[in-house]
Amino acid sequence: MQLTVWTYEGPPHVGAMRIATAMEGVHYVLHAPQGDTYADLLFTMIERRGKRPPVTYTTFQARDLGKDTAALFQTAVREAIDRFAPQALLVGASCTAELIQDDPAGLASALRLPIPVIALELPSYQRKENWGAAETFYQLVRALCPSAKAEAEPRKDGQHTPSANILGPTALGFRHRDDVVEITRLLGTLGIAVNVVAPLGATPADLARIPDADFNISLYPEIADTACRWLERTHGQKTVRTVPIGYGATRDFIAEVAALAGVDPTAALDTSRLPWWSRSVDSTYLTGKRVFIFGDATHAVAAARIARDEFGFEVIGLGCYNREFAREIRTAAQLYGLEPLITDDYLEVEDAIAKLQPELVLGTQMERHIAKRLRIPCAVISAPVHVQDFPARYSPQMGFEGANVLFDTWVHPLVMGLEEHLLTMFRDDFEFSDHAGASHLGHGAAPIFPREPQEAAPTPSANGGGEATAGVAPAPLHPLAEGAELSPAPAPAEPGKDQEGWSAEAERELLKIPFFVRGKARRNTERYATEHGIAAITLDTLYDAKAHYAR
Amino acid sequence: MTALTLPASSDCAPAPRAVLRERGQREVFCGLTGIIWLHRKVQDAFFLVVGSRTCAHLLQSAAGVMVFAEPRFGTAIIEERDLAGMVDCNAELDRVVDRLLARRPDIKLLFLVGSCPSEVIKLDLSRAAQRLSVKHSGTTRVLNYSGSGIETTFTEGEDACLAALVPELAATAPGAAPELMIVGALPDVVEDQFLRLFAQLGIPRVHSFPARRAGAMPPVGPNTRFLLAQPFLGETARALEDRGAVRLDALFPFGAEGTTAWLHAAAVAFGIDEMHFRAVIAPGRERAKRAIAHAREQLGGKSIFFLPDSQLELPLARFLAQELGMVPLEVGTPYLHRAHMARELALLPAETVISEGQDVDRQLDRVRAARPDLTVCGLGLANPLEAEGLTTKWAIELVFSPIHGFDQAGDLADLFARPLRRRDVLKV
Repeated sequence: MQLTVWTYEGPPHVGAMRIATAMEGVHYVLHAPQGDTYADLLFTMIERRGKRPPVTYTTFQARDLGKDTAALFQTAVREAIDRFAPQALLVGASCTAELIQDDPAGLASALRLPIPVIALELPSYQRKENWGAAETFYQLVRALCPSAKAEAEPRKDGQHTPSANILGPTALGFRHRDDVVEITRLLGTLGIAVNVVAPLGATPADLARIPDADFNISLYPEIADTACRWLERTHGQKTVRTVPIGYGATRDFIAEVAALAGVDPTAALDTSRLPWWSRSVDSTYLTGKRVFIFGDATHAVAAARIARDEFGFEVIGLGCYNREFAREIRTAAQLYGLEPLITDDYLEVEDAIAKLQPELVLGTQMERHIAKRLRIPCAVISAPVHVQDFPARYSPQMGFEGANVLFDTWVHPLVMGLEEHLLTMFRDDFEFSDHAGASHLGHGAAPIFPREPQEAAPTPSANGGGEATAGVAPAPLHPLAEGAELSPAPAPAEPGKDQEGWSAEAERELLKIPFFVRGKARRNTERYATEHGIAAITLDTLYDAKAHYAR
Repeated sequence: MTALTLPASSDCAPAPRAVLRERGQREVFCGLTGIIWLHRKVQDAFFLVVGSRTCAHLLQSAAGVMVFAEPRFGTAIIEERDLAGMVDCNAELDRVVDRLLARRPDIKLLFLVGSCPSEVIKLDLSRAAQRLSVKHSGTTRVLNYSGSGIETTFTEGEDACLAALVPELAATAPGAAPELMIVGALPDVVEDQFLRLFAQLGIPRVHSFPARRAGAMPPVGPNTRFLLAQPFLGETARALEDRGAVRLDALFPFGAEGTTAWLHAAAVAFGIDEMHFRAVIAPGRERAKRAIAHAREQLGGKSIFFLPDSQLELPLARFLAQELGMVPLEVGTPYLHRAHMARELALLPAETVISEGQDVDRQLDRVRAARPDLTVCGLGLANPLEAEGLTTKWAIELVFSPIHGFDQAGDLADLFARPLRRRDVLKV
């Protein structure tokens, strides 16, 4: 047993859901107990999809266990076929159904359905989400691609437009939506047609056309690699394995693609601003920034190269959570003379970060929180991510526009970090201190805010920041940061004025209100009291005001 | 001041209502989700789920950012080795618990929470709890309950947890004076409001169950009178009754009427003078009515459809119908406790369809056919229904927000009014 609070990956059937949800015309009947439907909300909330994932759960309960979970499964399959009329059906079991040992494959085949049925064996107690996605995609491709096409049409007759498949993008993939757009555009510039994008947006019929392309692009190896290897073996399609994340990697990708397709690589216009942004003098302070990188292996390896070669950072830690790609991380770590960190235990990652005290963390949602706790700047480079990393705006990671996005995304928290550092430096300055009160009110103004312990104590940033302080010693370069402290300071003075009016009991009640709406509650209550000529604010005043302003 | 109209007491026994019972795919949470709010309430308790990666993933998805604040819950993930018998599950569990308690010595109460996988492999968590209680006696009490999806739906996890606590409660002295117990985890601010009201009413000994600390759980005995603050506590009520406690039948404390009726049940049981009762509750009741008046203009006449989620659906539909003039078309509940719900049912319009259980696709067909003004549903369905042009209110918020009592009535009404208001203001 493994004690865990947070997991980087879900169970493998969630990976299968990511494939089914990405596609059109596929339905997944999942033998699972009541409650496993929670996974739907990953798609409807985090990715903000406007459709339910195409998944039917059997949702068996305890009372079903003794008798007919198998019949329940068959009923669910029949009803799903009738209702959703899919072109292909996935069937499988979640972790609990795996234990009760109904056989989804056998049960579904006994129904003699008129459409292809792909049975998934996803060992929930050994494997995880990415593996589940890769296996599901592989099984779909294997089942739906016509076995070994006898002879492909002649390929080098001069008339032939080279074509490629883009394989790997899924539902709930980190920036998959925009990466596909960016890479499709890039291929278009090179005069290469995109034959099939899969699984994202593909139908079962599309999968059957995969062998028509000249070669495959394994855009996300975590998901596409198994299928690509099979296509290499069975259909003789070559695979492009360079992942085009970063300026240099994109150029390498273009070279590899162009060579395979027999086209001129120079046609792909270099539209990236990253090289100039990175060379411009404002970026000088990025030099040698110590960066810790963690995520899925593909994004982590790509990020390390960008960090060192394109930003001038020093990579001081590199790791991944998906063991299937440990070899890739080990190879990359050697380039930077590092011991790779391969773990799915976030506490180990936290320990490593705390020990290394980097100046920037590039990681997942989890590292964002670790970094926040340790007060280290951070940017997100890999799944798992939360809702804010499925943005409305165009924001690929791949290709030249992806490089632009990466530059902004990674530098932003550092600039913010610098500002915050300067603010902290000046916080205890006698003129700016919370305890000094607002300067424009004169020296008689009462101090308002008790000093918060976390601000008073030297925080971890002081350690990491020591070097930064030295680095930015000519602070006048950033006079705005200094000036910024001036404006927020006076603001807090206001709410304190009427404090005499509050009874102790009402004051205590106010403290029970969450801090982020407490200010509003206080303001409303005081406004209500003023308007109603109430001098002493009691518990009742507080709630009278709440009722008054109820909207 | 408005005259109080209290619901008639026991003479409201209605003709039994037809209930639509459905079985099929259920789009609901399992009982593990209850941990998310229970661990906030009992401050020195830890909830250790014994389950799969799916269970851990569910908790993480449901807990959102809370996961990162050193929460007092976690999952012991069963691995291949445990299933293949390569290691002894019980020894593994002991090892995990030892490690956990060494890391968190402040934990006084540890719940081993059963999941679907642990139930199916018949891991005996009750014996493990006994064994570990002996091992860690003096520092940590270890209990168990099941929050599995095969046995519990969403809020039933709290029911199972509290029911597991009941046998542990101290016995009250025989022949002692009657005491009042409020049953169900409430936000602290709401709990304090109720305690203040009961004090003003003149009911001297009032306890909350669960208490905020493991060492402060209330005693129970034949002199205990308890009020259910939540509608999903069937097992807990039965366990309390097994120990001689007496349930006070009442509406659930939502809105001005529900709260009045709920408080009144206690007042009657404790012989509080009627005039005094009215005087004490009048300010709160007035405030509640004022606070919901605005929402009433927005919601009056609007139709609403509840999909099953938490068992709060019936009392909330009653509040919305009775106090805000909404028209409930169908009220779905995962489980219907007829006795506890009798008063609520009696106050719902006769045309309202009551459904128990779910076949989600058929139910969605009914939603689409009825096109209600507002549909209350889970997050897996909300955005897809919005995309179909139906306005929704996501149900989980109703479990996490303070909504009970007089002073939350306005907030409760607004939870339903806001999506409709938003629908009207958006010009995109």
